[in-house]
Amino acid sequence: MKYTISLSLAMAGSWLIWSGHFQIWDDHFHHYFILVLGLLSCLFCIWLAARMKIVDDESAPVQLGLRPFTTYFPWLMKEIVISNIKVAKIILSPRLKLQRRMITVTAHPKTELGRVILANSITATPGTISVQMEDDKIQIHALSFEGAEEELSGDMDRRVCKLEKNQ
Amino acid sequence: MSIAIEILSWIFLVLGSLFSIIGGIGIVRLPEFFSRMHAGGVTDTLGATFLVVGLLFQAGFTLVAVKLSMILLFLLITSPTSCHALAKSAISEGLKPALDNADHASKTKAADRDLSEGA
Repeated sequence: MKYTISLSLAMAGSWLIWSGHFQIWDDHFHHYFILVLGLLSCLFCIWLAARMKIVDDESAPVQLGLRPFTTYFPWLMKEIVISNIKVAKIILSPRLKLQRRMITVTAHPKTELGRVILANSITATPGTISVQMEDDKIQIHALSFEGAEEELSGDMDRRVCKLEKNQ
Repeated sequence: MSIAIEILSWIFLVLGSLFSIIGGIGIVRLPEFFSRMHAGGVTDTLGATFLVVGLLFQAGFTLVAVKLSMILLFLLITSPTSCHALAKSAISEGLKPALDNADHASKTKAADRDLSEGA
């Protein structure tokens, strides 16, 4: 139930943002008409999603709360900037100093969503790409392996675990 | 005040363009498929982020700013996903990444065989 409510709120919010039709105080008929159309399309989408049985903790991850945006995302942005500068240095250095490796790390998040967040975060930081995932092992292709990559994925792993705990 | 915002905005726009160009140079300079994907990542993440932040300063506190930040969020979620899909399909089509450590490479190849047998 809480997933249905959060999904409807998210849909209504995104409809309002993308269409920009907030002006209910402007009593032109067509504003009400468009708002009703938006409401109907939201309801139709939720009915479709419920019929497909995809309204769960993956399509509306309300169990994570706002912590992905308040704690995880800023930290991830910082790491993205740092690793971007590293990769840019490698690209612009006259001799390409590559240390290409395949490394395997263990993913500790229990839910599938947590693992997706972890694998996507690893790919989002340039210099590491998660290539394959078997059960809880993630295979990573690293551009210039220095040992820092493994440390970084370990740190990410801990943070994602913390994110999905105390739901 | 407005001149300061203008300068800040242009600093971010130029930085974003710079990182996008660096990503492009990387795609040309780096030797093979898997390392070139890392260069694409530079354009996808920091290039896009700096460009959108620069545009955010231009937009100010308007509905356009909200839309721009949503675009940034979607970009940061979808570009790693497509990058992973590309890498995974390359691996499963049998493209072997060139590695720089021979000893480690042979070990990885053994691990690859195990994985493909398991699948």
